[in-house]
Formats: sequence, C-alpha cells, structure tokens
Amino acid sequence: MTVIAEYGQTLLILACIFGLFMAWGVGANDVANAMGTSVGSRALTIKQAILVAMVFEFLGAYLAGGEVTSTIRKGIVDSGVMAENPDLLVFGMLSALLAAGTWLLIASILGWPVSTTHSIVGAIVGFAAVGISVDVVSWDKVGAIIASWVVSPVLAGTISFWLFRSVQKLILNTEDPFINAKRYIPLYMFAVGFLISMVTLLKGLKYVLKDAAFHPNFFESALISAAIGIVVALIGIQMMRNVKQDEAADSVNRFTSVERVFGILMIFTACAMAFAHGSNDVANAVGPLAAVVSVVSTQSVSAEAAVPAWVLLIGAAGIVIGLATYGWKVIATIGSKITELTPSRGFAAELGAAGTVVLASGTGLPVSTTQTLVGAVLGVGLARGIGALNLRVIGTIFMSWIITLPAGAGLAILFFFFFKGVFG
Amino acid sequence: MALNNPFSNLFGRSPIKPMQEHMAVAIQATGELQRFFESVIADDWEQVESVQQRITELEREADALKKQLRLHLPKSLFLPVPRTDLLELLSMQDRIANKAKDIAGIMLGRKMTIPASMQQMTLEYVGAAVKAAEQALTAINELDELLETGFSGRELGIVENMIQELDALERKTDKLEVEMRATLFSLEADLPPVDVMFLYKVIDWIGDLANRAQDVGGRLELLLAR
Repeated sequence: MTVIAEYGQTLLILACIFGLFMAWGVGANDVANAMGTSVGSRALTIKQAILVAMVFEFLGAYLAGGEVTSTIRKGIVDSGVMAENPDLLVFGMLSALLAAGTWLLIASILGWPVSTTHSIVGAIVGFAAVGISVDVVSWDKVGAIIASWVVSPVLAGTISFWLFRSVQKLILNTEDPFINAKRYIPLYMFAVGFLISMVTLLKGLKYVLKDAAFHPNFFESALISAAIGIVVALIGIQMMRNVKQDEAADSVNRFTSVERVFGILMIFTACAMAFAHGSNDVANAVGPLAAVVSVVSTQSVSAEAAVPAWVLLIGAAGIVIGLATYGWKVIATIGSKITELTPSRGFAAELGAAGTVVLASGTGLPVSTTQTLVGAVLGVGLARGIGALNLRVIGTIFMSWIITLPAGAGLAILFFFFFKGVFG
Repeated sequence: MALNNPFSNLFGRSPIKPMQEHMAVAIQATGELQRFFESVIADDWEQVESVQQRITELEREADALKKQLRLHLPKSLFLPVPRTDLLELLSMQDRIANKAKDIAGIMLGRKMTIPASMQQMTLEYVGAAVKAAEQALTAINELDELLETGFSGRELGIVENMIQELDALERKTDKLEVEMRATLFSLEADLPPVDVMFLYKVIDWIGDLANRAQDVGGRLELLLAR
C-alpha cells in the first residue's frame, strides 16, 4: 500500500505514457487494416479515410468500448485475489502496456504480422500467471477470449458470404443492376445504422451514462436503433441521388456505375468498421491504463470504479497521433495493394467484420479486427467474388498467434520484475 | 512494414485481367492475317514480310504474357474458378496465336502464291476464321463481368449466347474450308504438286484457327458449368 501512496504520481504518469504509446501503436498499424479496404476500393480518399477513422474510432471507443475495457482491466486478472496487493496489479498492468507496445514496435519494424489484442492479452496473462500466481488468472475468461479468436473470423466470413450472396441475388444478377442497386442498398445502410446503435444502446451506453436516468430496455433500444437506421438510410439515399449511370464507363464494364453506387454504401460501412475497431481495440490501451488509474486514485483494487473520461481521451488521442504520424502511410500502402476489391465486395467484407467485432465488443471479448476482416474477405471469396486470394496468409496468422502470445507474455514478465525491483 | 501486413498480403493478383490481355494480343496476331493475305495476293513481298514480322512479335508478346500469368498462379492461390481450368484456357488461347504465326511463317518462307481463281475465296475464308477468333475474344472479355457477378446468374446466359455465336462462325468457316478444298482439287492437276501440298496445309491451318477459337469457347463453357 505504501508503494502506491509513495510513488502514485510517478506510476500514474508512467501508465499514461505507456498507454499513449500503446494507443499510438494501434493507430499507426491496426487502424490501417480497418480503413485500407475502403481506400483500396476507392470508396474513400486517404484524407477522408483518416477523417472517418479519427471520428468513428473515437466514437466507438467512447460509446461502445466499455465492455472490452472492463474485460482487459479486471476480467483476465481476478481482482478479488488482487485486493491484498494492489501494487502488484499496478506493476503488472504497467508492464503489460509496455510489453505489448514494445512488441508491436519490434514486430512492425521487422515486418511481422501481429495483433494488438493478442499482444496485450498475452502480456496480461503472462505477468499474472508467472509474476504473481497461476490462480489469479481467470482461465475461464481467457478460454472464452481465445475461443472468440477462432469464432470471430468464422462468423465474419459466414456473414460476409451471405451478404455477398444477397447482393448477387438482389442486385448483380438482375436485369437492371443499377436500378436495383439504388433500390436495395438503403436496406444495407439501415442494417449498418441499426446494428451499431443496437449494440451501443444495449451494451455501451451504461458506461457513458452511468448516472443518467436513461436506461433503455431491449424493446426501446430496438425502436431507437430502427429510427437511427432509417435516418442513416435516408442520408444514404440522398447521397446516392448524385450517382448517375455512366454509359461510357459501362461500355467497358457493365457494372461500373453499379459499383459507384456501392461506393456510397462503403462510406457507411467504413464508418462502421472504424467504430467497431474503436470499440474493441482502443480497450487494449485504455483497459490497463484504467486499471492503474483506478488503483492509484482509490488506493485499492475495487471492481466497480468508473473509468474516467480522460482515460478514454488518452486512448483516442494516441490513436489519432498514431494515424497522423505513421498510420496514413500504412493505409496508403495497403490501399494500393488491394485494388482488386471492388465496393460491392468490400462492403460485404466490412459489414461482416464490423458486425462481428461490434458484437464481440458488446460481449466484452477482445478480438483481432484484422483477423476478423481476413475471415470476412475469405467469406466473400468463397462466394466466388474475388479474383485471387492468397491462402498462405492463414498460415502467417497462426504463426503470429504462436509468436505473439509468448512474446507479449515474456516481455511482460521481464518488465514486471523490473518494476517490482525499482518500486517495490 | 505494410509489405508483410497479413491483410494486404491476402489479396493476390487477379488472373482475370491478364487472361483478357493475353487473349487480346493473341487475337491481334490472328487479325493481322487478313492484311497478310491481302499482301500475298497483291504480290507485295516487302509488305508480306513486315506483316509476318508483326505477327511473330505479337505471338512472342502473347507467350511472355502467358509465362507471366503462369508464374503468378501458384497453387496456394484461391480463385473463383478452378486453377487448372484457367491454365488450360490460357494454353488454348495461346495456341491460336501460334497457329497464326505458323501460317504466316510458312507462306513467307515458301513465297507461296494463291491461284488467281481462288484469291477472292481465300480472303473470305481467312476473314471468317479471323471473325471466329474475334468472337472468342468477345467471350473472353466477359470474364471480368463474370467475376463481378460471381460467375453466376444472367451473365452466364450472355456468355452462353456468345459461345453459340462462336460455334456458328466456326461452322461457317468449316463450310468455306470444304469449298476451298474442292476448288483446289479442281485446279491441282495444273499446279506444281509441292505447292499444292502446302496450299492444302495452309487451308487446313486456317481452319484450325477457327477450331482453336471454338476450343477456347468450349473451355470457357466448361469453366462456367458447375
């Protein structure tokens, strides 16, 4: 206890720096995958993508990031067991942040595929199991998280597969795809608005409006979400008005104008993607920081302490800085590499992935957005929608699991004993 | 570092556009035969040689495109159509250009002339074969639209019609081939026997052009029939 009383301020500042570092890593690297799809299919320019990312990553983190933040903060390490030695929890969370951030930096420089989610989960499990005791880790929760890493790409793939199938049936394989595109695309826009608001209302808002008297039940949430969905669709219809059939371009490929209509839809799914990513991945940086802040400010491990808004702001700021300093370059590179993905497929992949990630966020499961997106793209590929997919990537993803979890854990253990030695 | 990004690495280079480019070059080589035969008939051997060179160039270009495409189709690639079918189709496209090169090569090498009474008919015959080849290109050019619709639905019908048209053009070429042979048969007694032999061969090869174009259509049909 004395440790925290003595060094509280220092530890807090360290936690903020490490949290910012980690969030910077998320912004520099991870966001690019979420936004690259839209840039690659030319639905958004790079500048627009960065703007969308900044706004919706923040909204996602703020409005729907609560459940995952809470899992990272107190779900993996059993806070009941930790109550006697809060200083160890602080050291642990500090080392987890530093370990995951460092590992992300190393891996990025070396060009290895890693996931921020896997790094931070590995790091937290590592410091807790080795540094403290195997018993303080809630293995049930860890098991559920690891299972969700398998389920999320599969679920996203399934959703995207059927989304693309429905696009084929309703739009592409019809007599007049252009008219049908304008007729049916608002439905998908509605789905985007509905899904995002539903998860936010049911699972996210309780963290934001803790004291407010506004606690919608399921039915009320559905009504409000439907209203928001309709508004989104109406905005979309207005935007689609400007897309006219381009005879000259259509003579080369009959679907050029149709793809332009899908391009409008993709602006919405890009927002959803950024929102989903914010709701899930910002927690990787904010969760440990929140744990440290709560221990230092209350001088004890309390499970029910609120996450102060400024902690979320640090996470959001880190992401925006990451985007501005490095992320835009990665978005440009990725965007230039995936031009084969046309908007009619890109939207299906994005919506499938965003839906899955938002659902995971609502359930408090930290998943990898990138891997979910890979699963979604494979789903579209299975519906024979994509020219060529490189299946070797799946192997690389498994490799990154095998490398990232122990690496994050090992580094965290190292840093943990270092902090313990310095402050303890 | 984005080079090793698992997400962007997921996307391979689609073979569809390169397939179409290859076919376009192969058919361009075939299309030159029209000018080639006009020059032969006009007895303008300088021109004949330059057109033959052009055809050889185009055939080489098609070969290079074919090699590139094969190199970029590793087994680990997941394609919307079977990889083997695609490679087979590519070989068939290539064989059209090869035949065009062979025809031009042998005609120039032997300085072959066409009997005056057959000249008009020959031009018509070559024209029909070239038309069949061009129809095959039209069908191949639907590949990107087929990809767009996920190789299903109405687009299949459109391609089906194109292939039927191709079959009709091939039959027309066949009919002209029979007429060509009959005419040559009636003339052969008065011509040097070796020249006649090679004329038969060239007639045969021009027919092959149309057949190979039809093969491309047939292969495309197989690619779609699932």
